[in-house]
Amino acid sequence: MGKNAISVKDCNLHYGSVPALKNVTMDIRERKVTALIGPSGCGKSTFLRIFNRMNDLIESCRITGEILVEGNDIYASGVDVIQLRKTVGMVFQKPNPFPMSIYDNIAFAPRTFGIRKKAELSEIIERTLYRAGLWYEVKDRLHQSALGLSGGQQQRLCIARALAAEPRILLMDEPTSALDPISTGTIEALIMELKAEYTIVIVTHNMQQATRISDKTAFFLLGELVEYGGTQKVFSNPFDGRTESYITGRFG
Amino acid sequence: MTRHQRQIRRAQLLRIFAQGMLFLTLLMLSGIVIFILASGLPHINMQLLFGDYGKYPSIKPALLGTLSLTLLALVIAAPIGIGTALFLTEYTRTRSHLIRAIRIASETLSGIPSIVYGIFGYLVFAVALGFKYSLLGGGITLAIMILPLVVRSTEESLLAVPQSLREASLALGASKVRMIFTIVLPCAMSGILTSLILAAGRVISESAVLILTIGMVVNKMPESLMSPGTSLALDVYYFGSNGYPEQAAATGVVLLIVMIGINLLAVFLGKVFGKGELMHG
Repeated sequence: MGKNAISVKDCNLHYGSVPALKNVTMDIRERKVTALIGPSGCGKSTFLRIFNRMNDLIESCRITGEILVEGNDIYASGVDVIQLRKTVGMVFQKPNPFPMSIYDNIAFAPRTFGIRKKAELSEIIERTLYRAGLWYEVKDRLHQSALGLSGGQQQRLCIARALAAEPRILLMDEPTSALDPISTGTIEALIMELKAEYTIVIVTHNMQQATRISDKTAFFLLGELVEYGGTQKVFSNPFDGRTESYITGRFG
Repeated sequence: MTRHQRQIRRAQLLRIFAQGMLFLTLLMLSGIVIFILASGLPHINMQLLFGDYGKYPSIKPALLGTLSLTLLALVIAAPIGIGTALFLTEYTRTRSHLIRAIRIASETLSGIPSIVYGIFGYLVFAVALGFKYSLLGGGITLAIMILPLVVRSTEESLLAVPQSLREASLALGASKVRMIFTIVLPCAMSGILTSLILAAGRVISESAVLILTIGMVVNKMPESLMSPGTSLALDVYYFGSNGYPEQAAATGVVLLIVMIGINLLAVFLGKVFGKGELMHG
């Protein structure tokens, strides 16, 4: 068995007085793909955003419990959020490249961490674009606007951009929900490749996607972690009746 | 006539009425422009534009005055206005009392007639601070006058930057300062520049504030920012009320051309910087 990349104990999260997560306890294995599924508003995206503290942006958000990323309590006082976000990268639902060149998009994180040398930046840009399966499509137009790329290409650019920060954990918030089936397939294949090096946590609405790419699946309902286990097991022989109702499409 | 026919008839009448009013509007606008051009253009000459003010009047002091007032007002209002807007959009909660208070204050400020700014500038700068009539006092007063405009439109440009870009940069480990300087401000740049140019237009066309603050000394080149001076708009007033109707019309043409240029520049900048931005709203 591998190590835990993330370990959550008794996590409660409130937006104002509204509870969004209730007593969630869950370990996420290193270098596996863990899928978070559940109906809209069940708390799975909120849960994902705990790990790089993106919930900090929401004023009324309060979190209790223990959240360890690589063994460190990320909500302890004095934690360097910037360093945390370097370790834990994120890809969003809608491709959100910056309105600048492909080159500058990828160089954003390395520049944040002080890399200025051209040779070094070029090496990172080639490596991460190659890793994201985009290199051959864009190598001749690195200095053109990233907004000229197709939706699927933009999302792979966003993955490359996240990889350029050299994270070890990658959070993906419904990364294919805004893409066509072919781009979705490309991204899924990419995720399968990336898990050799990265711990991936992916929120998805698409249950077929969860079965195709994830090793473990967590089912959330109304802020509770209802079921968590091997993806095969969760989808073929769920332990909780509510999981079965959801995956067979009785609600959602 | 049936009811249906009456309805059609009424719709037709409304259409004819609206068309007539549109025609009237265009007629008045083009009438003013043509009238000013016709009465002013023949009297524009090198003496009026760049000659020394002696036996014949010249608008050279006004050109310098308007230029320095515009730069002064922008140099003061731009950092204050952009800073305030940044604070409002990036550092305060969206529904806080502070924001509401600032918004009410700035809306009140923008509703104040400019002559009131003028008397304020006169009492504070010319009298209390002892500047006497000066371009500096006028420039600061104009800066205060355009501040609400700059804050409001900069704020709108900043709010139009998609939240997803802010999140993306923070998620990549950027600090808030880096996010603001590399993502938010560049994305909002065209809107901010456009608002500054439109604010410059307000400054250039303003006259009430300046009568009370810079003294309307039309015949002397200002020596420093502490000198009294004049502006194009003030020259129009001065020439018009002191027996130089031809020069007044010619200066009006110059003012008109400057304003058209300013507005074209705003449109142009919006196009150049606006490309490709905000595509993923």
